[in-house]
Amino acid sequence: MERTLEAVQGTAAAPATAISTAALRERLDAIIRQLGSIILGKEPALRLALACLLARGHLLIEDLPGMGKTTLAQALARTLGLEYRRIQFTSDMLPADILGASVYDREQGAFVFHPGPVFAQLVLADEINRASPKTQSALLEAMEEGQVTSEGHTRRLPQPFFVIATQNPATQLGTFPLPESQLDRFLLRVRLGYPDPKAERALLAGEDRRRLLDRLPVLIDPPGLLLLQARVERVHAADVLLDYVQALISATRHGGQFETGLSPRAGLALLRVARAWALLAGRDHVLPEDVQVTLPALAGHRLRPGAQNAGARADELLQRLVNSVPLPV
Amino acid sequence: MRPEAWTRPAPGARLYGLPGLALLCAMAPHVTVVPLWLAAVFIATGLWRLGAEARDWALPNRWLLAAATVALCGAIGWQYRTLFGREAGVALLYAMTSLKLLEWRVHGGQRDALVLMLLGYLLVMARMLYDQGPVTALWALASVALTLAAQVRVASDGGGPPVAAVARLVGGLLARAVPLALVLFVLFPRVPGPLWSLPQDAAARTGVGEDMSPGTIAELSRSDAVAFRVRFTGGLPAADRRYWRGPVLDRYDGRTWRMSEELPGEHFPQTEASQALSYVVTLEPSGRRWLYALDLPDSLPAQTGVTASGMLMRRSAVTEVVRYEQRSVLEYRTGPLTSWERSRALRLPSTAAPRAQALGREWRTRFADPAERVQAALTMFRREPFRYTLSPPLTPTDAVDEFLFDTRAGFCEHYAGAFVALMRAAEVPARVVTGYLGGEPSPGGDYFIVRQSDAHAWAEVWLEGRGWTRIDPTAAIAPERVERGTASAIPDPDSLSLLSRRGESWVAIALLKLDALEYAWNEWVLAYGPERQRELLGWLLGWRDIDWRGLILLLVSALAIVGLALALLNRRSRRQGRDPLGRSYARFCARLAAIGLARQASEGPLSYRARIARLRPDLADATGQILVRYAELRFGEHPDPQRLRELNAQLRRFRPRA
Repeated sequence: MERTLEAVQGTAAAPATAISTAALRERLDAIIRQLGSIILGKEPALRLALACLLARGHLLIEDLPGMGKTTLAQALARTLGLEYRRIQFTSDMLPADILGASVYDREQGAFVFHPGPVFAQLVLADEINRASPKTQSALLEAMEEGQVTSEGHTRRLPQPFFVIATQNPATQLGTFPLPESQLDRFLLRVRLGYPDPKAERALLAGEDRRRLLDRLPVLIDPPGLLLLQARVERVHAADVLLDYVQALISATRHGGQFETGLSPRAGLALLRVARAWALLAGRDHVLPEDVQVTLPALAGHRLRPGAQNAGARADELLQRLVNSVPLPV
Repeated sequence: MRPEAWTRPAPGARLYGLPGLALLCAMAPHVTVVPLWLAAVFIATGLWRLGAEARDWALPNRWLLAAATVALCGAIGWQYRTLFGREAGVALLYAMTSLKLLEWRVHGGQRDALVLMLLGYLLVMARMLYDQGPVTALWALASVALTLAAQVRVASDGGGPPVAAVARLVGGLLARAVPLALVLFVLFPRVPGPLWSLPQDAAARTGVGEDMSPGTIAELSRSDAVAFRVRFTGGLPAADRRYWRGPVLDRYDGRTWRMSEELPGEHFPQTEASQALSYVVTLEPSGRRWLYALDLPDSLPAQTGVTASGMLMRRSAVTEVVRYEQRSVLEYRTGPLTSWERSRALRLPSTAAPRAQALGREWRTRFADPAERVQAALTMFRREPFRYTLSPPLTPTDAVDEFLFDTRAGFCEHYAGAFVALMRAAEVPARVVTGYLGGEPSPGGDYFIVRQSDAHAWAEVWLEGRGWTRIDPTAAIAPERVERGTASAIPDPDSLSLLSRRGESWVAIALLKLDALEYAWNEWVLAYGPERQRELLGWLLGWRDIDWRGLILLLVSALAIVGLALALLNRRSRRQGRDPLGRSYARFCARLAAIGLARQASEGPLSYRARIARLRPDLADATGQILVRYAELRFGEHPDPQRLRELNAQLRRFRPRA
């Protein structure tokens, strides 16, 4: 990371020394601002999305149609200079429609692999819960492993690789809700929700979002993004903070609020997201607040309310849990 | 040896360093009591172990060690004729500790190392069987501290913590032990006499004994060991009145004077007496039952009675330091003799001392008044060429006759014994009294030291109208013995030990200074028995005549208080020691809580800052700065000590107004 972001980007505005955390913050703020100019009034969700990307995770957006899920994905791809594909999931989709297939090429006299839409840096898997479980799991496996294996050949997916899946709430008809084991593959789940009145008014008055998107400048390039991802891992987590994370995780397991508690993998994920969140805030160390803010998005889709809390929403329970675990002083 | 050689054994398995030092310290004082060859065994095994560490010398295998164990046990059994008791027991402990050094494997011998350190504690305890003086106590403290440090060292892997950390830990542990030890010492119910009886040889008998034959007292005079110390609470008795009464010997077999069996009671022999003199005696362990008092005792210490001959007899032997307050009368008359007492005080074996018996018979016919017969004997001692000496010629056949008519040289026991024999032959009831004469004032002059070299024997005759009267025949030929001690009375004082010579040399003065320390130690520590305990608690708490139930109650409550205090202190120091920042932050939050801005338990510094800024914009700047800095120091990667100090100062100054 001592080779600087600018040096890699080739647009060296800053001197080619180690980029300071403050400078980094300005850059990241600029990204958030630009995304915020497209998706109005949803800064927390935007930050979570960006943190998820920086933490090398994949994002699940769960919302009703028309809330700006696709626009968010496009704005991200555009701002970060990522190659973007969109896969619209339908119930008759097959795994090959995503991963790609080998087709016999008459001229070469051999089978030639035609990569599917998953071979992109940012993949929007729209309405993933409309596809059959088999098709879903083809994508999820690719997400997990960062590679695609078909017909005996393993092909690496591009770097960085970021999947934004959208899902309609499971109450809608004709859907295959993702099972818990699959939900675990998504680092964060966010909800966009309806915009507040002020933002909605601005949206109505403003220009068409698609045209705005086309005009967005690229603020960072893929190598720069990879360096940022590497930098996330070096964000310091103090011993007391690790104690706190452990206390939070253990609180999800004991006390009967949830059917089952968070797994050790989820604990690691929580720490990773908190690191990314801290970096977004321009800090080189994690604060308890970073953990507290990201916990609902991280754990909401991984936990089911226990029997005594049937009917309660996981988010609310998590907020209660955060309030109940004392902070190490 | 090559320095890198030392690094070879596993840490925690090295004799070189703290463990060796601790063991050496624990073993060293025992050299005075174990045979020299055993000390040599220790040194040899120690060197062997060091060689094994540094030069990879082979350590003996199990069979060789077993053989060495058997051999050493045999040698100790042969030396002491037993394997039990204090002497042999300590020797065995010493030998087994030495052998354990060879069993302690160089690699992975941590368990053996711990066993050795525990043996070190045992050695310290064993030393207490011999000596409980202040110097030994200091040594024991140092030794325990060293052993504790060594234990910390061997118990920790990877080279062990640095010396400073070990010292802090050990100091802390000992400091915590002090209040517990104090409470136990002061409040644990004391029983009169020793708590358990020591093995026979542990209660070594010293000082004046229950019999006296030529040479007994002279032998004692060569020792400058302290017999007892006295503090006079009223006036001082004159130098020629400092006769400390011990065993009264009235049975003679021709060579040895012995004590009669007498039942101690509560009636003093004196019928008329002058005003009493009070003093406090701190008696060193003697292994005997009697206590010493100025001629004649007039009060009874606890557990003690007085015999018809005026001896103070305790219920059990004095095996610990005993302190007692005592009153004596210096001028007295005793009552009439019963015929049985009279015949006992006149009995003389018919075969013993024929020449002396003849002389006595002659005096009986010549002088009608018994007092004149007494004078005749004293005149004889004064006129004839009698000598006073520590090393008189031997009197192999008849001690009294040969001394009186041939050698005419003797120590006080010769004079006292011959005088009483003469008196009995002259039909004057007489008996030998042994004890101490004189005493040396301490440098400050607030107490007197009576040493074994002050041991003395004198006589008592019964005279009509006066009762038992003290006659010191030694005073007739060596009056300076009474006034100024043995060293001034004998022609060859160099044969006495240094301290009994009463010199002014700086060594003697320094030793006397040390004696003052020992006296205080005896007074307050060793002589702390049931009476002193009652006294102290009466004075401290106003609880007079506390019984054992009261003591147990006090003990349990005091232990509970000490335990609680230590636990609190522990928690506090753990919190403080580990985390000064957390402490300051807690104080900061408490100050904000006082104005209604309490931090919620799960609230991080930045959320707290935001909330304060929302609720109290006037405090936003001050608190914001502190909170941001705190977050950085608490959760940042490399907290800057300078910034930590600044923040602490800032936190101290922070005083929010409501």
